[in-house]
Formats: sequence, structure tokens, C-alpha cells
Amino acid sequence: MTQEPAIAFEGVVYGIGDLGAEFSFRREAGTVTAILGPSGAGKSTLLNLAAGFLTPDSGRIRIDGRDVTGLAPAERGISMVFQDNNLFAHLDIRTNIGIGLNPSLRLDAAAWTRVEHALERVGLAGFGKRMPATLSGGERQRVALARAFARRRPLLLLDEPFDGLGPGLAADMLALMLEICSEVGATVLMVTHDPDEARTAAGQILFIARGRIIADAPAAGFFERHDLPDLEAYLGSAAGK
Amino acid sequence: MLTRAEHRTSRLAGIAALLCVGLALAAPLAVLLSHGGGTGFNSSQGSYLLRITRFTLLQAGLSTLLSLLFAVPLTRALARRPVFPGRRWLISLFAVPLGLPPLVAALGLIEIWGRNGIANKGLSVLGVETPFSIYGLSGILVAHVFFNLPLAVRLILPALERLPPEYWKTAANLGMGGLSLFRLVEWPAIRRSATGAAGLVFMLCATSFTLVLVLGGGPAATTLEVAIYQALRFDFDPGRAVLLSLIQVGLTLVVMLALKLISAPTEAGDTKGGASNRPDVGGGIHAVPDAMLIGLGGVFVGAPMAAVLVSGLSADMSRLLGDALFWRAAMTSLLIGLAAASLSVLLASLLVRARYSAGARPGSALMGLLAGLSSAAGSLTLLVPPVVLGAGWFLTLGGGTGQLLAPLAVITLVNALMALPFVMRVMEPAHQGTMERNGRLAVSLGLVGLNRLWQIDMPAMLPALATGFVFAVALSLGDLGAIALFGSDRIVTLPWLLYQKLGSYRTSDAAGLALLLGGLTMGLMILADRLGNRNGSGLR
Repeated sequence: MTQEPAIAFEGVVYGIGDLGAEFSFRREAGTVTAILGPSGAGKSTLLNLAAGFLTPDSGRIRIDGRDVTGLAPAERGISMVFQDNNLFAHLDIRTNIGIGLNPSLRLDAAAWTRVEHALERVGLAGFGKRMPATLSGGERQRVALARAFARRRPLLLLDEPFDGLGPGLAADMLALMLEICSEVGATVLMVTHDPDEARTAAGQILFIARGRIIADAPAAGFFERHDLPDLEAYLGSAAGK
Repeated sequence: MLTRAEHRTSRLAGIAALLCVGLALAAPLAVLLSHGGGTGFNSSQGSYLLRITRFTLLQAGLSTLLSLLFAVPLTRALARRPVFPGRRWLISLFAVPLGLPPLVAALGLIEIWGRNGIANKGLSVLGVETPFSIYGLSGILVAHVFFNLPLAVRLILPALERLPPEYWKTAANLGMGGLSLFRLVEWPAIRRSATGAAGLVFMLCATSFTLVLVLGGGPAATTLEVAIYQALRFDFDPGRAVLLSLIQVGLTLVVMLALKLISAPTEAGDTKGGASNRPDVGGGIHAVPDAMLIGLGGVFVGAPMAAVLVSGLSADMSRLLGDALFWRAAMTSLLIGLAAASLSVLLASLLVRARYSAGARPGSALMGLLAGLSSAAGSLTLLVPPVVLGAGWFLTLGGGTGQLLAPLAVITLVNALMALPFVMRVMEPAHQGTMERNGRLAVSLGLVGLNRLWQIDMPAMLPALATGFVFAVALSLGDLGAIALFGSDRIVTLPWLLYQKLGSYRTSDAAGLALLLGGLTMGLMILADRLGNRNGSGLR
């Protein structure tokens, strides 16, 4: 059986000039990839292209071998977790997870059980009736993970999801995320600016600068490389902060 | 921060200003009440009052319903399309009716929706037999929607634009369709500002005078305000005017209390546009319904203004400008406007400072009362509509016929009170700001009393003072409510002159005059907005 890559960018071009980006890469199912690079390099552009929030000017995006370039975000089999505002502030926790299962919130009893189960899985059993504002930042991100867990989509896109949580909490959340993804069997693309996060969580690295993939390499030993001036500049400036 | 002596003067001056406002409001009401006792009350009058009240509520309710019914989808369409050519321009256009004299707008609306207007030509092409009438209830509704649809859009739009971009990304990611997005995200976000806007629109429509006067056709389409005017001006029936006025005040009181409960949005806020992308919204063919809604909204609001411009430009301006009456009206309007604005800014300054001073001593019941009254003074003037205020003074002056100075003073006073809430809203933050920035420094330098007022506080508040002043002039220039009761051969203002020309079917003169008046007030409004924006104390 020929194994299709879980996600593939084939000569994807977006925008022109200094703001333009061009990406080609592929990832096998179940892998975790950290996307790193200086700010403005195009990390979020890559994620937004994969999610379908941006449409490429040319090139193809495939998910599980299926060409999704022209498909709407919801038709691509993706779950997404942002740094903030993953939850609708005026809807309670179980509703926030429930709309992940059916966007018009038409859920049967079995679906609501799945919602409860997802909450249990992230350690927030009994939180269903609470409003997002009554939860801590870390708890809200757990709910976002719970929604991704309940949705069981093959691809998970994370946009600096554990930024601003504090190092200990971020590490816990990262571990939880990895457990959940391996249970679901999801492939992960994760934008981060924390080399440590990339080292612990990711098997592979996409290093991006000026809208191009500068390096596509295994995470092991990546940060010790000295052949990439962009990487040295990035790490140097990161260490200097 | 103020010194002890400064506190004392501020509070005394504030009390004086409060007495002034209180007297200006209470005296006419007292006169109305004392007149009210003398008239017999019979059942035919009762049914008349009931009919007028019912129509007032009906037209206000329908106007509100229609405004919101169109405003919500239009706002949603605008929020869904954060980037398109002319979007900023369109949203600025929606601010125009807020400052347009109702009389000028009425003229534009007649041009578009009148018997020979474009709308009816279009209808007859479509084979509609009965033409749309701009007079009567339908006309009043069109006019109220023209004024309040854009207002509602500007009040509601920020609630949608404030939502974080992740909401729309999540909605797209989860595949929420238009209906569930509206039910689960958009409506909860706008519910508060939409109900607040509805309350405000109802209040404005229940007290609207000029539009009903011009477009309301006869006794079948008369509101309380217009009925007060007719009772005094044509029938000289003070008893009826008094009863109508009392009903009107009671009505506005109830509406205002209800408004307080639902907490109306006061700021139209930042509508800069292009805030966030909407990945949940499709382009191409999916954009057609939104584009049609936005286009229709733009034409509905823009066409009457364009009509004022076009017909004004084709009017015989040289004849109009050669008319001595025009210049007399312009001078009278300008004098009233300048005087009213000066009075309004003075009262607002005193009240704002007294409120600050009284607020510096929390815990004191007396000071709490002073602070509360000072801030309430603004909204109290909203409670008594200009026509009611004018009616009271009209009776006090015994009709005002033959007098010149007293009616002019009353018109000035009424216009000043009308502008007061807006002027206070502009000056409050400016005063607060200069107190926070310079207060301690001034006191520590011993720069106190008049010296400080002159050298520190006045210069720091100058932009806000100028904004409030220019705005008050513009408001007074466009007002027909106060002059309507007192207007005569001797006292003529620009709106009064325009109303006369409209009434005597001097359409060309009216068109030219409307363009001049509209241009003048719009110019002043834009100036006020610019002055305010430069210092972050904009009107809207």
C-alpha cells in the first residue's frame, strides 16, 4: 500500500515581492512538526494556507492525498488551536466544544457524551456549564484541546497555543497535546517561537525566513547547526531577549 | 486637583449653572401646569389626545422596527466585507444624517420619494399603479429610516468589528453556516447594542418634530410635538398644548428610564474598517447578496443628499443671494447660533468642573447630589423636547407677538439647552484629562485661581471647547423646533425661511437655500469632528 503524505504543499505561492511566500514540503501521518522563524517570516501564512483561511495564488495543497486547494476550511479535515480566543466568550464550555461536533449545535445524546468525555480527557470534568471568562488561561487552552480531541480530525494546526502560559504550564499542556494527538493519530503542524518547545515536542522542524523554507530537518541536533546564518541570527536574537 | 478656594468657586458656579438650567426647564413646565388647570376637559378632546398619542407611538414603533430590520442585515454585510473600495467612504456617509438639518433632508427625500421623484418613476416603470406617498405615515417612516438606519448601523457595527479575528477563523474551521453563525456568534455580539440602538431610535422618533411637520399630512398623521405646535400656532388653544406637552414629557420620561435599563450605546465608536479578514465568508458569487444589501443601503442614504446637491446647484443662487431677507435670516441664524453656543459651552464648563470638584469629596451626600445633578443636567434637557420648552416660554411671553428680544432670547436658550448634553460629553473627558495631567503641577507651583484657569486649563481644553462650540452652532443653525413657535415677519432664521419657501412652493429657492444650509451645517460638523479627533475627544 502506498502511503500518502498526511499533508503536502506542492509549490504553493502566496503574494508577491517582499511579502510573498513560497512553500513546498510533505509530512507523514502522525508526525509532529514545529514551524520556527523570525516574526514576519511567514509562519502564520503557512498555517493559514493549510487551514484554508488564505488561498494560494498557485500550487497545490494535499491532505491525505486529497487536493484541498479549493476547499473551504471546514471541508479539509482540520482542527485548529490559536493562542487566544479559541472559545466564544458568550457560550458556555460544553457549547464551545459542542459546536466543534456540529456547527449548528444539533447534537444527539451520544454527541453530548463525547463532549463530556473530551472534557474529562483534559482534566476539566464538570466544567461544562461554566463560562470561558471564569476559567484561567491554561484551562481555556485545555478546552480548545478538548474540542480538537472531540473532533478527531486527521490534521491539527497550532498557532503558538501555549504562548503566555508560563513555562511549567506550557510544558504540561504540550505533553497533554502530544498524548491526545497520538490517541487520535493526528498529524501536527505547530507554530512556535520557543526552541525548547520544538525540541521536546517535535520530531521535525520547518525553519522559515523571508517567506521561504530555509531548513526542513529532523529536530534532533537541529539547533546545534552552524551552517544556517538565518538560524544563528534567530537564535542569537531569541537568546538576547 | 484644585485648591480649597478653587473648589468653593467651582461648586458655587456649578450650582449657579444648575439653577440656570433648572429654571430654564422648570419655568416653562410650571407655566404649562398652571395653564393646564384652567381648561375644561371633555371626551372629544380625550379621544383627540388618545389618537395623537397612539399615532406618535405607532410611527415611532414602526420607524424603529424598520430601521433595525434593515440595519441588522446591513451591518452584518458590512462586517462580513471588511475590505472593498469605498467602504470607509460609505461609513462616513452614514454619519452625515446625524448632523443634517431635518428640513434639508426632508427636501432631499421629497426629491427622491415625492410624486415626481425617481422612486415613483421606477415604480411606474415596474407597473405599480398607486404611487408611493412621501406625505403621511409612509413618508414619515421613510424619513425616520433615512435618519436612523445609518445611526443604528454605526452603533451596531463596532460590536461586530470588536470580535477577535480568531472567532471568524474558528467559525470557518468548524464550518458554521450563515444561519448558525448569526444565531450563535453574531446576534449574541450585537444584541446589546441593537436593543440600545432601538431604544435610542424610538426616543428620537417619538420626539421628532420637523420631519413630521413637513411630511405628516394633516390631522391623520400628527404627533404630539406637531400637535403642540398646531395648538399654539394656529388654534391658540393653550389648554390643549399643555395636555399634549405633559403627555409628551411623560412619554419621554418612560422611554428614557427604559433606555437607562437597557443601557444604550452612546459611542458610535471606531469604525475604521478593514480590521480583520473573514475567512468564514465566501467571495465571488457568494458576495452578491452582501454587495446588493450594501449597495441598496448606500443608495437609500446617499440619494436624498445627492438630490439636495443637484437641485440646489440648479437653483437660481444669484436671486437667492440678492434677497435681503436671506441675509437677514442668515445674520439672525448666525447670531442665535453664536449666542446659543457660547451659553451652552459656558454652562457645560461650569457643570463639568462642578462635577469634578464635587466628585473629589466622596462620601458627602451634598457633594454626591451636586455631582449627580451636574451630570444629569445634560440628559434632563433631553427629557423636555425643544417644542415643549418653547411652548412653555411661548405661554409665558403671552404668544411672543410684537416682541423681538424676548423670543430671540428664548430661541437662544432652547438651542443652548439642546446642545448641552453633546457639549458636556465632549468636554468631560478633556477636563478630566487636563486635571490628571496638570492638576498637581499647577497647585504645587501656586498657579491658582484665574491665572490657572487662563494659563493652564483653558488652553488645555481649547480643542474640546472649540469642538463643542462649533457643534452647538451647527445644531442651532439647523433647528426648526424653537423658531417654529416664534417665527414671524420680524424673526426669520434660515430654517424658518426654508420652511416658508417650502410651504409656498418656491421650490427653486427652497432647493438653493437647503443646499446652503445643509452645506453650512455639514461643514461645521466636519470641522467639529476634525477638531475633536485631533485631540481624541470626537463627537461620535
